[in-house]
Amino acid sequence: MLSAFDNFPALLIWFPLIGGVIAFLLKQESSVKTWAMFSSIMTLVVMGVSLLYTDPKHYLLNQVSYFWLKDLGSSFGLLLDGMSRILCLLTAISFPLIFAATWNTNYKNTNSFYGLMLLTQCGLMGVFLATDALVFYFFWELALIPVYFLASQWGGEKRIQAAFKFFIYTFAGSLLMLIGILYIYLKTADQSFSLFSFYNTVLSTKEQGWLFWLFFIAFAIKMPIFPFHTWQPDAYEQSTTAVTMVLSGVMVKMGVFALIRWLIPLFPDAVKNYANIVIGLSVVGMIYASCIAMVQNDLKRLVAYSSIAHIGLMSAAIFTLQPDAMQGVMIQMFNHGINIIGLWIVVELIEQQTGVRKISELGGVAQKAPILAIMLVVIALANIALPLTNAFVGEFLMFSGLFRFNAWYAAVAGLSIILAAVYTLNMIKNVFYGNTNQVTEKFREITIDQRVILAVIVVLVFMVGVFPGPMFQLVEQATDVLFKRISAK
Amino acid sequence: MNAIILSAIWGVVMMYTGVVTRKKSISRIVAIVGILLLITVNWLEYAGVPFFNIHSAGMLSFSSFGLVFNLVLFVCTLFYFLLSGSDMEDVGDNVADYFALIFFVLCGTAIATSFSSLLMLFLGIEIMTIPLYILAASDKRNLKSNEAALKYFLMGTFSTGLMLMGIAFLYGATGTFYTEGLNLGFGKISPMIMAGIVLLMISMSFKVSAVPFHFWTPDVYDGSPTVFTSFMATIVKAAAFMAFLRLFENAFGKMHTQWQLMIAIIAAATMIVGNLTAVFQQSVKRMLAYSSIAQAGFMLLAVFALNNTGKQGLVVYAAAYSLATIGVFAVLIKMKDFTFEGFNGLAKYQPLLAALLTVFLLSLAGIPLTAGFFAKYYMLVAALKNGNMFWLVIVGVLCAAISVYYYFRVIQAMYFKEGNDPEISVSESFKTILLVVGILVVLLGIHPDWLLHMLND
Repeated sequence: MLSAFDNFPALLIWFPLIGGVIAFLLKQESSVKTWAMFSSIMTLVVMGVSLLYTDPKHYLLNQVSYFWLKDLGSSFGLLLDGMSRILCLLTAISFPLIFAATWNTNYKNTNSFYGLMLLTQCGLMGVFLATDALVFYFFWELALIPVYFLASQWGGEKRIQAAFKFFIYTFAGSLLMLIGILYIYLKTADQSFSLFSFYNTVLSTKEQGWLFWLFFIAFAIKMPIFPFHTWQPDAYEQSTTAVTMVLSGVMVKMGVFALIRWLIPLFPDAVKNYANIVIGLSVVGMIYASCIAMVQNDLKRLVAYSSIAHIGLMSAAIFTLQPDAMQGVMIQMFNHGINIIGLWIVVELIEQQTGVRKISELGGVAQKAPILAIMLVVIALANIALPLTNAFVGEFLMFSGLFRFNAWYAAVAGLSIILAAVYTLNMIKNVFYGNTNQVTEKFREITIDQRVILAVIVVLVFMVGVFPGPMFQLVEQATDVLFKRISAK
Repeated sequence: MNAIILSAIWGVVMMYTGVVTRKKSISRIVAIVGILLLITVNWLEYAGVPFFNIHSAGMLSFSSFGLVFNLVLFVCTLFYFLLSGSDMEDVGDNVADYFALIFFVLCGTAIATSFSSLLMLFLGIEIMTIPLYILAASDKRNLKSNEAALKYFLMGTFSTGLMLMGIAFLYGATGTFYTEGLNLGFGKISPMIMAGIVLLMISMSFKVSAVPFHFWTPDVYDGSPTVFTSFMATIVKAAAFMAFLRLFENAFGKMHTQWQLMIAIIAAATMIVGNLTAVFQQSVKRMLAYSSIAQAGFMLLAVFALNNTGKQGLVVYAAAYSLATIGVFAVLIKMKDFTFEGFNGLAKYQPLLAALLTVFLLSLAGIPLTAGFFAKYYMLVAALKNGNMFWLVIVGVLCAAISVYYYFRVIQAMYFKEGNDPEISVSESFKTILLVVGILVVLLGIHPDWLLHMLND
């Protein structure tokens, strides 16, 4: 049944693309929603099936390259290896979850909303799969443009400015990356955009030095790393929750992923030279974001800043160039996505019922909705990486890598864990415990389907926390290949 | 040769059409037939069937590259006629004459893409611009149109004077008008030659509205009737660029390093000034005028790099830029309010127009999967291949990032702001043709190879 023509990477791109185009054409609101759900579940099924074919025997199913722009030396090359498998899995899981969690939200122009969402999914998949620099750049932009429209058309009052800021920031970054890509392309022996030709191109230390920054700024804006983060809290706050989930759950991983896939193996010398600067920035960003999160009164902004802190740890861990830290990052990319989507769902549920996001105005929700409270506590504890939850595995590995690199960095970064515990528990205390007030008086327990959605997340949290084995299998091989490449240079 | 002669003849035919019939629609149909014929004969010449074999004493030479460039310009003109031809009727009564003048302009562009003598360059540029002075003034009762025409005329003749002086210097130093025969780059370069080159560079910069010789552009583009602005800003500008590139490649290519820095500075200044000024405009028409300056800065990278990639890129750039700009202008002409606010809420009332306009604006901004991306791509690769002056590339992309700001303001107005129904009347055929242009822009963005294959044959 499976042949070289219907291989997984191509299917993962075609399914959301065609699904998105069809969603645009549907007129009826309910049918659009059902179609989007169906389409995203089909993508998840493809992804699930692909996990059964991970061994090298099925090489052809997981790697493709179509002719495209032959004169330019570019081909439509896609690869599903261990690391991209994890991120594609995250993308495939999160979209049905997001659709389910926001099922009751009504958007004007429903068809374009869901069409753009599915196109975003297509762009994200493409970024994680591409093995051709030009195709990578195309998908990098393709993921950005639908999100720009999503964030500007639906959301808070200042959404247009916030989305525009986000767009200009990332677009400027990606243009710098384009120069870098073109420069290396002209240096390759066979004038090709292929990732593997890029890997084989020898660049002098000086060239690596400035190419590093061209790429790094593009990725740092996307992640975002301090001081390139200023677009993020506004964009998260102003977007509608479904879009915020995409942005924070999946989209920021584009930057982290691209660091590992493109930046580290291409410029290993520059990475070693600038490691201290980047780790320093990341650690400063972690502390800075955690401190701001502590004084935030808005639930959405709190989660946004906590996300900056987590991403900061990931980027610091990447630049230690320790194999186990790298594994930790890959695993944590998946887990952070799941956890933060869980947090957004809880925020969305509270806002739906009360219309309020201010922490100071809420209180006593646990009395009215104990199940919601339990779910939230699990997700929140996972977010601060308690043992047995999914994030513990990743964060532990990242911290141990950082510690081996330089104990001081680890010590300062470790502070952010304490701060994270402070603001997370504070938030739980103020929103869920204490006495009810008139805002939360009429709070009702969440419905069955909402429970199911949160339960899925909680199950994922524990499953990966207790049995991280299968995940490790996926990332181990990817890390081996990566470090072989670095040492070969 | 086919295109030069046919376009001249057809210009005369158009004038007689105006005498024979007063019906405006007939003039339009004759013009569309003419441009289709022009495309056909140009294609035939490209395929190796020249109808005329006039001995030009080597003053004209027809390469497949120049013919493909002509083809691109003629196809853009075809779309321009189809989209905006009927809007010329609102400008004045002499519709047939407007078409006649446009055919004369096309004759000039065909010469400007095939000259190999400085005299022919002069003739081509003049044939191209003189009808434009008339077109700019065609809205006779409008003061702004008169002002635009006068300004254009004064600046145009001034730069032509400079060009003649430059040609005279070169002739005085070398004794020949032939671009290939100038034999520059060997031995010592006399100050006279250098002066000639600088004068030609300045006059060509005038024609393509490069900074600091751009001051006429916004006023002329703003004051002229919008239908003709669309033509001036696209096809004429692209042809002037072709002449610029051809002149500097054939005549001064061997002493590339001596003038490269000057072009680099002009290009960088054009990009910076064009983009920064466009940001502050309140009228979409003026914004497009400055954006045309900004795009000219990017096109100058082809002259700067002077390699094959740049030459190919100029063809892609001309096609991408002209198609998208003609599309934007075609919609703009239908609008009553040229400010950004005038576009508020357009998506609600005219969803197809808004979507197509978005495609054109994305293309102008150089977003992937539209033709504009490959246009910018080729320019950047050409400049990088050249190897010198890396800073120019960085300036280029930063300016491209700025350009997003003003192009997206239109998109924001259309999609995210509330507004009243602009009550524009567009026919179904207009929408269909605009859709075809939109599809072409996307097709060129996905697969530019089919255009480039023609060049490589």
